[in-house]
Amino acid sequence: MKHIHTAIIGAGQAGLAMSRCLSDRSIQHVVIERGEVANSWRTERWDSLRLLTPNWQSRLPGFAWSGSDPDGFMNMDGIVRHLDSYARVSRAPVETRTRVNSVTVQGQRYRVSTDKGDWLCRYVVLANGACARASVPAFAAELPPHVQHFTPLSYKNPAQLPKGGVLIVGASASGVQLAAEIAAAGHEVILAAGNHIRVPRHYRGRDIQWWMDASGLHDVSVREVDDIERVRRLPSMQLVGERSARFIDLNSLQSAGVEIAGRLVGIRDGRALFSGSLANACALSDLKMNRLLAELDDWAGRHGIDDVQPPERFAPTEVPATPMLDLDLSGGRIASVIWATGYRPDFSWLNLPVFDRKGRLSHQEGRVAPGLYVLGLPFMRRRVSAFIDGVGSDAGAHADHIMRTSCRHAA
Amino acid sequence: MTNATIAVSNGVNTEALIGARGAFEQAPEAARFTFRSTCDWVEGNYSRNAINGYFGLGQDHQRKQTFTIESDHPEVFAAEDRAPTPTEIVLSALASCLTGGVASIAQHRGIQLRSVRAVVEGDVDVQGILGMDPDIRNGFSAIRVSFEIDADASAEDIAALVAQSQKRSAVFDIVTNPTNVAVSVA
Repeated sequence: MKHIHTAIIGAGQAGLAMSRCLSDRSIQHVVIERGEVANSWRTERWDSLRLLTPNWQSRLPGFAWSGSDPDGFMNMDGIVRHLDSYARVSRAPVETRTRVNSVTVQGQRYRVSTDKGDWLCRYVVLANGACARASVPAFAAELPPHVQHFTPLSYKNPAQLPKGGVLIVGASASGVQLAAEIAAAGHEVILAAGNHIRVPRHYRGRDIQWWMDASGLHDVSVREVDDIERVRRLPSMQLVGERSARFIDLNSLQSAGVEIAGRLVGIRDGRALFSGSLANACALSDLKMNRLLAELDDWAGRHGIDDVQPPERFAPTEVPATPMLDLDLSGGRIASVIWATGYRPDFSWLNLPVFDRKGRLSHQEGRVAPGLYVLGLPFMRRRVSAFIDGVGSDAGAHADHIMRTSCRHAA
Repeated sequence: MTNATIAVSNGVNTEALIGARGAFEQAPEAARFTFRSTCDWVEGNYSRNAINGYFGLGQDHQRKQTFTIESDHPEVFAAEDRAPTPTEIVLSALASCLTGGVASIAQHRGIQLRSVRAVVEGDVDVQGILGMDPDIRNGFSAIRVSFEIDADASAEDIAALVAQSQKRSAVFDIVTNPTNVAVSVA
């Protein structure tokens, strides 16, 4: 049994940022990592994926991105190198290839049991990622047996897919990127789209993430939104880390030959059933995009931002005249289904009463219980919390809280 | 409460609805409702529904009065046309659900409504219900809803009201998504 002040679980950007913040405050800690630094980026992402935020927006505590292309988008090798350097520069005390089996309470402390022994600690920070598991609807079990299925965590590239049509379920960043890539590889692709968030990659000559950052929208805190549960459920913006394409949206996908259907609502007798609400999902998305652009224009006007191009508005989403309502999955036309239906974290080893009635981790701005913290969840403290660029400020807040409560313990 | 919501009155008690959300968060089982309609055959295609009791907030409720909804078929189907067809009742239910939603959301967003009209059309090829062509479904092949709204709001805000009303509508969900229906004989 080893004793430590704080145990951080996970050595991705969140765990490394937390480690750096604790080191800066001279707080003794360990970072427990099941694989290598940046393990999820190394092993659980598709081959062509690039970050959705520009390089310069990979700011971590005490570590800025330094390279020749600040407006480019890192591929997976790039982000792994970035985090490797960060771990090295920060001298993060990472215990790699160490898997956490359970976290339990032992007296006034937490016991973190791993496959390489146990740690007893006063503080635990859960930094093991918001995208550890793919959320797949229960009716996935109704798929005909010959249809192969994948999630964005198991999909790597189109060569992996069987010959034939592909039904992609979900139109967030993951779903639209996979639809574009798989259609370009020559597969028939059908994309089931429920509520989705359409935005241009760049607007008035600046990247959309520049706008979100500069206007303060990234910094909006949970205290400023009226329904935090709703905003935490929002799908990711339809973006790809690629400057040349203005949009990767339902219009661009339809131009590329992808057929768009409504939200997949069930599978019955070997047929996929789609909602008849596609037109409204598209209308909501266009309205939401225009509200965002108007807010950005308003901000630019108020702050005299004049080194940008004039405001623009975009053609609405083209909805097929009669979107398909069902699709035969048993006849052979569709050979595979990809469930791009969201992600959730994995806290299956956290044996504590800290979950709500839907099994989600309960927390207040990342504080789960006395001495127990979480990082990297969507809109955890601020809109940017789940981004590389946002985790540092949350880690700093947790580190300050740990400092304050440690001192109280000592006194 | 904002100034906007004080000034606006569409006759919707949004505070009570927001209060209910808070209460259901604490006691989600109370949010489970069961609605009922009891239909008696009169003669021919003519029938009469009686609607009164429902279950919700953990108990049965009785209304002060029993409502009736009658249905018949028009003369072209060799019936006596004493009441709307069931399909028209579905269209009217969709219209009422979306219209009520527009009013609620307008109240919540501080938008004063002056008039709201929804015109709903549904296309049915009766070869389906007559069993003439298995490729033609019994139900609507398409439904169109057209709103005319006069309100103190921009065209974009009105479009957002109508979009949000669809997003939160029970009947819109019922007609756009499949539902398991169990029919038994007592």
